[in-house]
Amino acid sequence: MSPWIFFVEHRAEILEATLAHLSLVLIAMLIAVAIAVPLGMLVVHRTTLRNFVLGLASVFQTIPSLALFGFLIPIPFIGGIGRRTAIFALVLYALLPILRNTYVGLTGIDPAVLQAAEAMGMTNSQILWRVRFPLALAFILAGIRTATIITIGVATIAAAIGAGGLGTFIFRGVAMVSDAVILAGAIPAALLAILADILLGWLERRLAVV
Amino acid sequence: MNAKAAPDSALENESTIQFREVTYSIDSILPESRPRPIVNAISMQVSRGETLVLLGRSGSGKTTLLRLINKLLVPTAGQVVVQGRATSEWDPIRLRRSIGYVIQDAGLFPHFTVAQNIALVPTLENWDSGRTAARIEEMLKLVGLDPREFATRRPHELSGGQRQRVGVARALAADPPILLMDEPFGALDPVTRAELQREFNALARRLGKTIVFVTHDVREALLLGTRIVLLQGGQIVATAAPEQFLHIDQPEVRAFAASLVPVPGATP
Repeated sequence: MSPWIFFVEHRAEILEATLAHLSLVLIAMLIAVAIAVPLGMLVVHRTTLRNFVLGLASVFQTIPSLALFGFLIPIPFIGGIGRRTAIFALVLYALLPILRNTYVGLTGIDPAVLQAAEAMGMTNSQILWRVRFPLALAFILAGIRTATIITIGVATIAAAIGAGGLGTFIFRGVAMVSDAVILAGAIPAALLAILADILLGWLERRLAVV
Repeated sequence: MNAKAAPDSALENESTIQFREVTYSIDSILPESRPRPIVNAISMQVSRGETLVLLGRSGSGKTTLLRLINKLLVPTAGQVVVQGRATSEWDPIRLRRSIGYVIQDAGLFPHFTVAQNIALVPTLENWDSGRTAARIEEMLKLVGLDPREFATRRPHELSGGQRQRVGVARALAADPPILLMDEPFGALDPVTRAELQREFNALARRLGKTIVFVTHDVREALLLGTRIVLLQGGQIVATAAPEQFLHIDQPEVRAFAASLVPVPGATP
């Protein structure tokens, strides 16, 4: 069967899977940003905590996604089959790029600027919110962009634990040995990733200083 | 100009900044050895309205002395007294907002416009917008920049000399009685540097601020200072008015004087 005909015949189903995929990614990203950005701000002046947090996030990053989904199934509350488990795993994957970019952005500021800020009598929290944060914003967004693209990819694996999304077509296609069915999942997923990249890249440039 | 006299009238004619046996050391990396003093038992005073130049080679402790004045550093021993109170007793935020600070790379905030940069301390001090706006304009004119042209620019749209002018305007915005300057013209090309030095001289005389100026350039020290303090290895080795400075018979003074020898072929 030609992929094109499969696309046309199953367009409603593909669209539905795309929206399900997108909602997985959006929910996971919202949670990841809500955790990683404040955490990145918190560790700026705390070396020990920073090494621990960044190390832990790196460990999550190295676990193969299929294995991580497998590990989570037997765990009570956060585990099991379905979307909740998938979102939890996606959040773990998204943490590192956001956390690291937040930290690097907040600390990679021209020392002369920070020295002036301190010498002019700004308090630590004023320096954080009025100097470090605005100057780090483009960096933080770059981290969010990387994390979003990773999440869109990893979310296809989430179909393995019954979370739905575009991975459903990919797994079904592999089982049926049908390129057309695999592509019905892979192409929209790739398009989502490209679109997210363009959109967030544009936002990043808009917010960049200088 | 409405530069007011310093708030504490009881201290009129007294020194504004006093160093009393001030030592500042950092812990050595080697566990066995004793802490290494960066400045060692320094005593000196800065009188109201004078421009005191701290001259010395790199590592002589001049920047450390400057940073002890606005409590960016706290003495290991001794006291730094500013406006009649030891820095150890000052709230660092209050102290720093009453002291202007200019550094070599200006350290302007790149995400702020020129106007927002100048308005930094007034904003932190919650001045009303009318007063702040008037002050921004006044400061820009003071440092020779046209408000209409420069107020809305960003620091990256300025030349090095213009950035440094804005740095001075920012330091003076809240009308602090004391101004600290750490090699403010060090990164500028010689022509711009000479231009800014000339204007600074005129400005300093007019505003009557107490200024402590750090430099390693003896020519700049002679040109701008009303008094020169020469530092070597964290200690004061000479103090003199610019007219007498070069006549002091001291090895480090002679070393600095030697750096003034004119280039062959230059007209005297």
